[in-house]
Amino acid sequence: MTTFLQLLFAGVSLGAVYALVALGFTVVYRASRVINFAQGGLLALGAFFTSWLVLSAGLPFWAAFLIGATTTSFVGWAFQTFVLRWALGRPEFTIVMLTLGLFTILNSVIPTMFGNNPRSNGDTWGSRALHSGGVAFFWVQIWTIVAAIAVLLAYGAFTRFTRYGLAMRSAASDPEAALAVGIPLRRVYATAWLLAGLVACVGGVFVGGYPNSVSPAISDAALLAFPAIILGGLDSPTGAIVGGFLIGIVQELTQGYQPQHVSFLGNNFYIIAPYVVMILVLLVRPYGLFGSRPAERL
Amino acid sequence: MTGTFSTGVPVADLEVAPPPGAGGARPADTRTLPPGWGRPARLAVIVIGGLTVPFWAGDYWLSTFGFVLIAAIGALGLDVLTGRTGQISLGHAFFLAAGAYVGGWLGGNEHLTAAISIPLAGVAAGLLGLLTGPAALRLRGLYLGIVTIGLVYIGQYTVQTWTAFSGGSGGRSLPDPKFGSLNFANGFSIGSHLFDRNACYYYLAFLLLVLAMLYVHNIGRSRLGRDMTAVRDRELAAAVLGVNVARTKVRAFVISSALAGISGALYGSFIGFVNPQTWSLVLSIEYVIMIVVGGMGSLWGPLLGSVFVIGLPSLLQRVSGSLPFLSNGNNQGVISPTDAADIAFGVLLIVFLLLEPRGVMGLVHRIRAAAVKRSSGRPVPGINTGGSE
Repeated sequence: MTTFLQLLFAGVSLGAVYALVALGFTVVYRASRVINFAQGGLLALGAFFTSWLVLSAGLPFWAAFLIGATTTSFVGWAFQTFVLRWALGRPEFTIVMLTLGLFTILNSVIPTMFGNNPRSNGDTWGSRALHSGGVAFFWVQIWTIVAAIAVLLAYGAFTRFTRYGLAMRSAASDPEAALAVGIPLRRVYATAWLLAGLVACVGGVFVGGYPNSVSPAISDAALLAFPAIILGGLDSPTGAIVGGFLIGIVQELTQGYQPQHVSFLGNNFYIIAPYVVMILVLLVRPYGLFGSRPAERL
Repeated sequence: MTGTFSTGVPVADLEVAPPPGAGGARPADTRTLPPGWGRPARLAVIVIGGLTVPFWAGDYWLSTFGFVLIAAIGALGLDVLTGRTGQISLGHAFFLAAGAYVGGWLGGNEHLTAAISIPLAGVAAGLLGLLTGPAALRLRGLYLGIVTIGLVYIGQYTVQTWTAFSGGSGGRSLPDPKFGSLNFANGFSIGSHLFDRNACYYYLAFLLLVLAMLYVHNIGRSRLGRDMTAVRDRELAAAVLGVNVARTKVRAFVISSALAGISGALYGSFIGFVNPQTWSLVLSIEYVIMIVVGGMGSLWGPLLGSVFVIGLPSLLQRVSGSLPFLSNGNNQGVISPTDAADIAFGVLLIVFLLLEPRGVMGLVHRIRAAAVKRSSGRPVPGINTGGSE
């Protein structure tokens, strides 16, 4: 039972990370119907830069985190402002490939700037933990969950109660109609990318928390959030959260139990368990658990 | 200006044939060749030029050219799926890997001749494509792209876990192809000229690429090719017109992955040693960059794209000694040649998508159209000059 609780808590914390990362995708998708394949790169950039500021430049963690988040927000904003705006109205494929281009660039710039070696994420919690009933609650995991809930609530409030949130939703549902009623599409998209960059940095720092570290493979963690958003359905933020926690828990439980009980699948099956779950779900529900099939006009 | 078209640069384009009855001749060609001979002449120049490469290219560049041709086979496959049928796939590395390991296992563990093992590698990858197809039918656009990312990770994990077959995460060596008494590791000689390992691979890849291009060219002119175009341009409309969308997509998947399998078998044995990291998502992305930069849906685009994607890192590696910002064995530069090439790929992907979505082939069309217009003073039928969407 203790093992189960330990795994469950680790799963919830991992799920919080996935939910954070998934939110980064959802922000952009909900505003502009674009899947941002560069999110993993932004995430790694945030994590590496924050870590570098703490460990090499000697800044306190919170200051480093703020600077890192500002930087990734700026990169997201700049990509929309200087690149994507020229592709407005182009086919989905073109825009997705553009974000893949940014990913390719970031994927090489980051190791060039910060090296290939894994490093600590520079947070203040390290491996300290709170012990209760035989279960170790690592502080970084607790803070991950807190941060995820805070960010998700803030985003929910933003889309629901602010003018820009409303503008984003209308831009996503019909860009032309949104333009016609005076919504500044470019500024709305730029805001969405700025938020995506911000969320990416938060996600990146927590992905790299104990017992993990910040390494170039960290952008893979962002790709592992794909199963989460797909499970939830791309256009549903609630879905992204549910999908995130679900995938996190599935992954941790697989890691804990599968090697003893279903050993023929190998020792590290948990790495791909999210993808397997995703493919199985998509075969039954092609638009995710909460997504809706779009109506198409001939 | 006429010389630009009849010699040198591989710009011949089989896709844009002048409509019958339009006179058949392009003004630019009539000055040097009789009407209708421009295209065969260009093709002959390219083929003969290609066949002579092993005689003048040094070791380094010959092996680079070999890799270019091998990758072009795989890129041609991806283009059938993405460029011609409109299905986004980031899972090409999975099928390349399948081909490499099946080819290596048949050649190395079962000691079969390459005349059997390479085609079987294509068949095996094609069968995997057939298995993936039904999943692809249910998914559209971006969903398919994401699922194929999952395929790459599942493939890498399978390779890591199934150690008897693949050598696990330590990797395994893949044998050189053998055709009867001809072993690629030793090469062969005709008269006094020795064709070494690189030359063997080059010629085999050349032959297979020519066959693959003929095949894909013929598909493009067949019913299947028109079905693919219809599915790409508007899936629902295609279905309404009576195109069997499901069958078309599955066929595209099978053709694409079979070509990837053949390419993978050659690639794996040419580099000689592979491990799970060889088949990462980055490899898939490189193939996507090849077809986008080369020009999607065109016959020569994948080859041009692979010249660029495979050639650039080799070039940077070669000049890294004289460019101080590139690191190599001796000096510590700012950036490794591979990373520099990757950054260039990303930038060029973005630049091409924004400015010329039809890739290098689009540039070729533009240059040709401009030259023809200048020499004849009128637009030429069959050559599209606009930036089409």
